[in-house]
Amino acid sequence: MNKETHFPSKVNVLRTIKKYTFNKPCIFDILLHISASKNQMTAPNLNINLCGIKLSNPTILPSGFLGTSKSLLKRVADNGAGAATIKSVSLAPREGHKNPTVIPFEAGMLNAVGYSNPGAEETAREFANINEISIPVIASIIGTEADDFVSVVDKLSETQFSAIELPLSCPHTPGFGLLAGQGTPESTRNIVSAVRKATKLPIFVKLSPNIPEIGNLAKAAEDAGANAITAVNTLGPGMIINIEARKPVLSYKVGGVSGPALRPIATRCVYDIYEAVKIPIIGTGGISTGRHAIEMIMAGATAVGIGTGIYQRGMDIFRKICQEMETWMSENNFNNIDEMIGIAHD
Amino acid sequence: MTEELYFEQPVMMKIDKIINESDDTKSFMFRHKLGYNPGQFIMVWLPGIDEKPFAVSCFGEDFFGITVLERGNFTKLMHKMKPGEQVGIRGPFGHGFSIPDNVKDGTGSACIIGGGCGMASLTVLIEKLQGYNTTTLIGATTKTKLLFKNRYKDITIFTDDGSEGRKGYPTDILEDLHNKHNYNILYTCGPEIMMTKVYQFCNKHDIQCEASLERYMKCGIGICGQCVCDGQMVCKDGPVFNSQALDKMNDFGSYSLLKSGQRVSLKEYGEWRGC
Repeated sequence: MNKETHFPSKVNVLRTIKKYTFNKPCIFDILLHISASKNQMTAPNLNINLCGIKLSNPTILPSGFLGTSKSLLKRVADNGAGAATIKSVSLAPREGHKNPTVIPFEAGMLNAVGYSNPGAEETAREFANINEISIPVIASIIGTEADDFVSVVDKLSETQFSAIELPLSCPHTPGFGLLAGQGTPESTRNIVSAVRKATKLPIFVKLSPNIPEIGNLAKAAEDAGANAITAVNTLGPGMIINIEARKPVLSYKVGGVSGPALRPIATRCVYDIYEAVKIPIIGTGGISTGRHAIEMIMAGATAVGIGTGIYQRGMDIFRKICQEMETWMSENNFNNIDEMIGIAHD
Repeated sequence: MTEELYFEQPVMMKIDKIINESDDTKSFMFRHKLGYNPGQFIMVWLPGIDEKPFAVSCFGEDFFGITVLERGNFTKLMHKMKPGEQVGIRGPFGHGFSIPDNVKDGTGSACIIGGGCGMASLTVLIEKLQGYNTTTLIGATTKTKLLFKNRYKDITIFTDDGSEGRKGYPTDILEDLHNKHNYNILYTCGPEIMMTKVYQFCNKHDIQCEASLERYMKCGIGICGQCVCDGQMVCKDGPVFNSQALDKMNDFGSYSLLKSGQRVSLKEYGEWRGC
């Protein structure tokens, strides 16, 4: 199906007029020529400004994917991501859950890695020369109490991260996120306020799709000083049982659901949050094509997270999505991302 | 790969046969087809216990097997298993060994160098290369640790203590062998210190090298970043890497990540892994 029939561009309108003027050379030829060349010259601009951080495109690697080392984030940057998030870091090192920790299924992925990380000090060492990575890097930090978050922020203060992300929403690790009661407006306010006092960096708060009135929670984060909302973390937890083994496949039995199964829920969450807050939203959940990314932006996102899609399309998914966005935007006469943010709202 | 030859989620398979390879090593055979290339690996799941990567060490049209050294809790439990019991298998994953055209058409030659339990990653390759111009060298710390020494003819055995075969390391005689055979490619799997020597030898003599690396793994499918080695994911980009890839991997031969993701020296990593 020709998408142009639904969204006629200037060029197509002129082509149609030309057709009905019996293809005789006329003023429309000149107009067509000018319009077409203009169209070629101005490729859509994917740059965004996220809380003062300049991104060459809106795709962001979310926490938990590949973010264990500087070397892998360099490679993510080489593959076209606009920004990248490190694997969530706690004050003390954590080994995480036993294997299996990640398992794909027909509609995405189930994971319960359990926040394995080498601790704040080691993370500060690994990312000491962060400027070697050509894109902005976001530090995802975790803790049980508000003080823990502040301690991690302090340990990372010498490292030049572009922003701090607080995932107050993990569904499968005791002592953290939902299992520590961090998904309530009160707890979110406490943690965000404490971190706000400890850093001048932009704070992103990552929310759970499980929260029924997610707009209220986003508002609590905004009121406490958050600069952006990341929506959403994984859904659930869910479970996959191997029926021959008669046992859940993940060692932790349950895990967060990501990928295609999560996408419509994530889009709705972003839509709801956009109505509730003024701060930008990073829409994350099941995005694997340029069309998905644009859909999320129309729901209200300024940037988009791409995680499980890496398994589906490879690490160059960032570049692929950007190309697909550019093509669609050209065909539909959008020049930049800002023009599309939130336009699905009444 | 068709659906029945590759498994995205673990599929329970019955142990068909168990072979004692040495005091502390057993092979477990499964009567099942698998779309396997030499050098790839599979994930083996003991429900409710853990999941670990293993090379396929025996391979045929309708069967495959893995070789398990008794080392930690997982492998101890495997060693207690009997034929008829089941384990979960997913995979195979990663990139395996490549065979250059000149080796295939008989004008070129190859050398395979295995050390310790690294031999388990090379057996299917050795079998695939039978009938071609190849040399196989196997090494171990001592006689009882030698794997698959009776499976093949025309192999040269080395032990660190001289309890069997030549005393020393397979790398000791590479220079002489290369003068004689003029190798096009060297394949290796074993202790990383040995593989580093093989890689350096290859660079010096402008021979292609392919080494199979080991790192602690989690997802096995290239998304979690646990098994990273200088920007390369051992589970997806490897486990077999060629000279061009190894040239860029400074961590090869020196660093690895612990379960927490802490990057430590290979010595410290080895102490944790018990090897």
